[in-house]
Amino acid sequence: MTTTAAEYKLCELMICAAAETFRGNGEVLATGIGVIPRLAASLAMKSCNTDLMMTDSEAWMLSEPNAVSGRHFGEGQKQESWMGFSRIFDNVWGGKRHALVGPSQIDRFGQTNISALGGTYEQPKVQMLGVRGFPGNSISHANSFYVPAHSKRVFVEGECDVVCSIGYNAGRLPRGYGFDDIDIRRVITDLCVMDWQGPNHQLRLLTLHPGITVQQVIDNTGFAVHVGDEVTTTAGPTIEQIAIIASLDPVGIRHKQLADNPMGDRR
Amino acid sequence: MNKIMSAEQAIAQISNGMTVGIGGWGPRRKPMALIREILRSDLTDLTIVAYGGADVGMLCAAGKVKKVIFAFVSLDFIPLEPYFRQVRQNGSIQVMEVDEGMLLLGLRAAAWKIPFIPTSVGLGTDVIKNNSDLAIIASPYDEKDWVAMPALKLDVSLVHVDKADSRGVCQIKGPDLYMDDWFARAAEVTIASCEDIVDSDYFSPSDEARHVHWERSETTAVVHLPCGAHPTSCPPLYGFDVAHFKLYNATTKEGGFDHYRDTYIAEKDEQEYQEAVGGVDKIKSIPLPIY
Repeated sequence: MTTTAAEYKLCELMICAAAETFRGNGEVLATGIGVIPRLAASLAMKSCNTDLMMTDSEAWMLSEPNAVSGRHFGEGQKQESWMGFSRIFDNVWGGKRHALVGPSQIDRFGQTNISALGGTYEQPKVQMLGVRGFPGNSISHANSFYVPAHSKRVFVEGECDVVCSIGYNAGRLPRGYGFDDIDIRRVITDLCVMDWQGPNHQLRLLTLHPGITVQQVIDNTGFAVHVGDEVTTTAGPTIEQIAIIASLDPVGIRHKQLADNPMGDRR
Repeated sequence: MNKIMSAEQAIAQISNGMTVGIGGWGPRRKPMALIREILRSDLTDLTIVAYGGADVGMLCAAGKVKKVIFAFVSLDFIPLEPYFRQVRQNGSIQVMEVDEGMLLLGLRAAAWKIPFIPTSVGLGTDVIKNNSDLAIIASPYDEKDWVAMPALKLDVSLVHVDKADSRGVCQIKGPDLYMDDWFARAAEVTIASCEDIVDSDYFSPSDEARHVHWERSETTAVVHLPCGAHPTSCPPLYGFDVAHFKLYNATTKEGGFDHYRDTYIAEKDEQEYQEAVGGVDKIKSIPLPIY
């Protein structure tokens, strides 16, 4: 019998909610970019899906996730194979991967942007990272999104300034492709959990974090969110989950990821 | 055949307008001493192909670059390369922005001497919309769209390796060779800077030979430049220099790149550069990053 922790932080609620997106995935490479996504993938590998695979974010596959804090170089690292950057693409294009990433913009099609804001291709107003591996990830394997601050700046009204990943957009669908070829799973934000299984792959509200209202989600999203009859409350972390998270992050850098490190239950 | 030469001799093989590939990845094992040699030269109008970091930022800031072919330009712990950001936002360089994997396919196509490699990567995104020279093609075997990623033929590649002999046998013993083997194969001329020059016998044991990732026929020039990856990392020998990158980043706010170049690079040889950044012993003691 599992018991929900009496008190927990929002970061821990989001880690647990995001870990759920790896349940039932089987043997895939779980890639979480950033502290909370990586803790989510690591928690999943240590609990709801022990078949997951993970790297050390460098050149090795691990049989157990590394802690995200408090480690010395190479300390306690359990390697199972070499996995240099070029080999990552062999895995990506084979499709056995699920990435949890934090885009700067997400539009109503599930398209995302990490490349640049405003301006033109020749002269962006704000240069960001570049498209990185997003185009290949999006057409090759499952992807979920992590949004630390749910707002209309992230969930933009129009299309993303630079479309870095393919989404459920009929206007951009390549010849011979259908929406079934695109696999966008969940969106975990500081307000709620959503997926793309509304009517015609509309963004759909699944669960609200404790103390958050449907209206808050609607007000902070730049496009229509499908709200069904079955919106529930995001499950709080169990005592067991909190213990695993603490062991993966002994120094507690998860507490520095969200502004003011709020409590998970905001009722 | 003896391929050992000075950095100046090696860089003299590059001409204005050439396409130059740079090995390494972000802040990792970049041939920075060779980049500094380019910064000291009169070279201009270069097209750069790289998994970019400060190599791309510095060359752009110094006005050496006409075009960058890239998927990202990042210092990792400083996510946005400050000078690359500046030239992009000024609109002063041309770009071909593609997926990380497409870059790899372009290098492979060049290495294999084929015009393109078909891929699904890029479909449905602005990568194909923004790059009018990326063709969408039909396959003889199915009814789907494919992106024809063109060969990225390089005139010159620059890589930094651990050890090399005079014939151009290059060893990288760090955990990742990144795409350096493909940069070497995609180029007409490959210049390898190295931490150590060794006798050919050094590679005799299989444990040493198995860390040689391309044939010596792919290496044109060998340049002895110990700590030549600084301020980027050369694992397992030294990590990247966080303090130096912070200082480099801060020059965008005060002094600009000219100040950085005058302080560390202009009128200085590599030994003087190393003294200016704290000396060889200090570089060799920079810890490896922990992720």
